[in-house]
Amino acid sequence: MSVQAPLDYIPLTGAKPRGKRPYFFDDPAVERVLAITMAVAQEVAVLRERLDTVERLLEKHGGLTRAEIDAYEPDQASATERAEWSRMYIARVLRIVQQEIEALNASPDNNYDLDAKADELGRT
Amino acid sequence: MSSWPSPPPYSLVGKHGVSPVTSHDDRARFNFLAQLNTHLATNVVPANARAYELKVKPEFEKEHGRAPRDRHEVRRAMLKNSLFQTWSALRRSSMELRQQNGREVVLRQIADLNQRAAALNADSPKLKLDPKFVVPPYIAKVDFHCMPGGYIDELAADDVSAAANYDVGIFATTAGGLGRLNDGAGHALAGWLKKNAPELKPKRILDLGCGMGHSLLPVAQAFPEAEVIAIDVAAPLLRFAHARAKSLDVNNITFIQANAEQVPEPDGSFDLVFTTMFLHETSNTAIKRIINETHRLLRPGGLCLHLEQPQFEGLPPFEQFMRDWDALYNNEPFWTRMHEMDLEALMEAVGFQREKMFVSGAQAVVDETIFGKQKEDVEDYGRKASWHVFGVRK
Repeated sequence: MSVQAPLDYIPLTGAKPRGKRPYFFDDPAVERVLAITMAVAQEVAVLRERLDTVERLLEKHGGLTRAEIDAYEPDQASATERAEWSRMYIARVLRIVQQEIEALNASPDNNYDLDAKADELGRT
Repeated sequence: MSSWPSPPPYSLVGKHGVSPVTSHDDRARFNFLAQLNTHLATNVVPANARAYELKVKPEFEKEHGRAPRDRHEVRRAMLKNSLFQTWSALRRSSMELRQQNGREVVLRQIADLNQRAAALNADSPKLKLDPKFVVPPYIAKVDFHCMPGGYIDELAADDVSAAANYDVGIFATTAGGLGRLNDGAGHALAGWLKKNAPELKPKRILDLGCGMGHSLLPVAQAFPEAEVIAIDVAAPLLRFAHARAKSLDVNNITFIQANAEQVPEPDGSFDLVFTTMFLHETSNTAIKRIINETHRLLRPGGLCLHLEQPQFEGLPPFEQFMRDWDALYNNEPFWTRMHEMDLEALMEAVGFQREKMFVSGAQAVVDETIFGKQKEDVEDYGRKASWHVFGVRK
């Protein structure tokens, strides 16, 4: 029986869809910064929601101390989980850079003009 | 009386047998995007019309001595407007975040999801896939609404990930507007039939381009005695749709991998043929063949319905331009082409009679105690969970 390597899903999550990406600002660098900022904004919202959950659970079930948080050292399993979270976090924030690199490396057919493609495929 | 916020939290989205497991952070990401999209639709979208009326149009008139003639002229002028640039960049970014979030949830558990689907699908006579099937190029070569790999990409054997990603993230795109099981359009269609065609007691029903079946199930449930045939070209969608339906105990549907341009069913064998948000993802050539098939497949007196956003004909250039956004910037290359076609002329050309055609409206039907009523005054140009019903009787 052949063993299948587990799928490394993280680079796949931010894969570039076919078709040329539209850029709306006069300078594409502005768009890049905006896309990165929105991903960070999303993750701040995620942290805020998670913290809110922690606060509510603490309120309901009783507590922990700041000293405990300060003294916390992750075990191997927790460290692995946290590292994986970080890897996904970076991939998310820098998605637009990944896609620009993919666009650079892609075959011309991957970067087709959507309107021209619709003309061509409209005849199929 | 207390009520859920609008949009409601993702934790209220319904589960079925092939729902991916979501973590607290996954749900928080979809919550963020639902809020972001609601914010954009409510606060930013209307400002585009204002920018056009106050700034862009007067400047155009000053330069050309007339108003913009069509949506292309509106677009060329609006593309230089800073507010439109910002809204567009945010909307595109939101769509890309939604894809990445959905793919993260689904792909990290792809083996488990595919196994669950396979267990529900095993040896079922109601799932008919064709390993030799050739997907038409207008589906195979487009990554609709920025889904990397489109509807058909298979990253593993018996893959359902494309469909699972579609399902897990619609909440974000529609800000919960399609309801608990993303089936608000299906309930709208079932309700429309009950109200407008109560005499129709369909024995056989056909859904063309069923996708993952979210809009189909309420119709199948409304007519439990009927035999329902659902076709699609994408194997991942059909595997997922069948498993999803079975886990929700809807057992009167047979899912078949087939092309809507050439349906493997006899002439006059259906009482009801319908599509939901399907025609705009097919080519102009294909639409003509599909309309022809609806006529061939219906029995005399049978009913054909298509749920879509309104056609462009008669809309002001600015509204056409706004509705064109997804075509140009969200990988929906056929969207405008379909919305510019004269559907009535197409239907007439294949043998339907003009006096038996009609256009009606339908709005997503959701559990309003949780998902709230669609706000009538919020127009998100092509994203709103209400549709036109293009219908004809044979």
